[in-house]
Amino acid sequence: MLSAEEWQALRVSVCVAGGSVAISLPFAVPVAWLLVRARFAGRSLLDAFVHLPAVLPPVAIGYLLLVLFGVRGPLGGWLYATFGLRLAFTTAGAALASAVMSFPMMVRAMRLSLEGIHPGLEEAARTLGAGPLDRFLSVTLPLMAPGILAGVVTAFAAGLGEFGAVITFASNIPGETRTLPLALYSAIETPHGEAAAARLATLSIALGFAGLLSAEFLARRLRARLGG
Amino acid sequence: MLDVDLVAERGRFRLEARFRAPTPGVTALFGPSGAGKSTLVHALAGLIAARGRIALGAECWLDSARGLAVPAERRGIGYVFQDARLFPHLSVAGNLRYGARRARAATPVVREDEVVALLGLGALLARRTAHLSGGERQRVALGRALLSQPRLLLLDEPLAAIDGARRDEVLPYLERLRDALAIPMLYVSHQYDEVLRLATEVVLVAGGRTVAAGTPAALSLDPRLRPVVGGDAIGAVLEAEVGPLDPASGLASVAIGAGRLRLALPGAKPGDRLRLQILARDVILATEAPRGLSVRNALEGRLEELVPEGPDEMLAVIELGGPRVLARITRAAADELRLRPGLGVWALVKAASLRGHAYTRHA
Repeated sequence: MLSAEEWQALRVSVCVAGGSVAISLPFAVPVAWLLVRARFAGRSLLDAFVHLPAVLPPVAIGYLLLVLFGVRGPLGGWLYATFGLRLAFTTAGAALASAVMSFPMMVRAMRLSLEGIHPGLEEAARTLGAGPLDRFLSVTLPLMAPGILAGVVTAFAAGLGEFGAVITFASNIPGETRTLPLALYSAIETPHGEAAAARLATLSIALGFAGLLSAEFLARRLRARLGG
Repeated sequence: MLDVDLVAERGRFRLEARFRAPTPGVTALFGPSGAGKSTLVHALAGLIAARGRIALGAECWLDSARGLAVPAERRGIGYVFQDARLFPHLSVAGNLRYGARRARAATPVVREDEVVALLGLGALLARRTAHLSGGERQRVALGRALLSQPRLLLLDEPLAAIDGARRDEVLPYLERLRDALAIPMLYVSHQYDEVLRLATEVVLVAGGRTVAAGTPAALSLDPRLRPVVGGDAIGAVLEAEVGPLDPASGLASVAIGAGRLRLALPGAKPGDRLRLQILARDVILATEAPRGLSVRNALEGRLEELVPEGPDEMLAVIELGGPRVLARITRAAADELRLRPGLGVWALVKAASLRGHAYTRHA
């Protein structure tokens, strides 16, 4: 049904999307927490910075990543010299680019759920002897679970489809950074590629549906567990 | 002894609190809404910053002079919130265990089975918290706080969010805790009847200050209490012991100073401790020994003081050879009877109007 290249594009997309979630998740949870619960100078600055990728052209994000994480860039150079890790034009780089792009969505989903948690519950945990980390792990995090799940699913779906930042920072290398949308773009650009383009578009729609339905199913189960 | 002397600020509100509460026992923080009671318990628990000193016996939680402020999670103070604040992701048993797991005391003061029995939680343990009734939620919150083995238990208007009938469902549990456990409690309330039912000591809070303190009986005669409880609830509170029961009428005899009251006390046994509230509006004052009245209870005493109450009324303080009762009379009646301090009088009390709170004697 699908050609070898199309299977490859699907595999790359899943790797990039999965990688982008793995990169953004550990940052998104504390950032969401800071934005909702903490009171500190520079909170609105952090808020604006987190939302920047949502308002900048994706190509501009790709370009900035290239400047920072290129092998000669300040961060990229250090990563390459220290760990031998190259990001530009690699699957890991594509994951990083889509992580940056989907970060605002992920934080937003978590913020919404965190704002719905009565701060009094954390206070109650405190009077029961729970320190800051203990409170976060035993009360806040489990109650945030639906928001974290929603954030992960939307970020994963966005990662499957991220185009501009990926093609700018990681290029369009088959088997390495050619994700579904990049393969679709290439198919459209190729003479007689209409059939392949149709198949890739259908595949994207099917993945999108599957993602949304499974997210809804998981969210319902979580809500039931939280007694809502 | 709980020793408190602190200043706390919440927004523009400033609270100055200074009181000592005997332990164990239930000390009520009583006052109108907005008086600062909630700020006070938050400061005691360490949930908001405060300056000053808080100590329970040898344990000190706040001493600004020494730069000491123990964080809330290490104070070992149990807190029962008005809105229960049960963890929605845990079952009732999970909520109870949350505090128990983090208990700091080396030797538990209360055991889980004891708490479950005292609060009647057995049937609820496996339940989720979302579908509990208001009363059940507060009982679980009480159990959770108790199992954290607190040195002090703060109850912040635990019945305020519960409707009337459910309140009467929870109050007996609070009485059982008071009588069965040696954990000192601070009970915040703006309901005088709750205070009279539960408290062994009362601290009156008004306008961001602790205004007066004493036993419910002593405070009931304090003029500073009157504006807080309002006219109809003004009345002397007396501590007494249930005397012999009259087999014919079933009425119990209770010694008040040199006299006796006879009243119906369902379920009370001779020797039980009794707290009696005699409302000032239910006391009739006579200057001669009454005859031919249906009122069963006439107490002989001496008029001690007449306090003006509004334009038309006065409050008479009648001394009964130790204890005192209050009587509300009109100014016209006071003039007509030529009442003056020192005069011998009779206080007539209608037994049916008495409110008694019997409780078991502490060992």
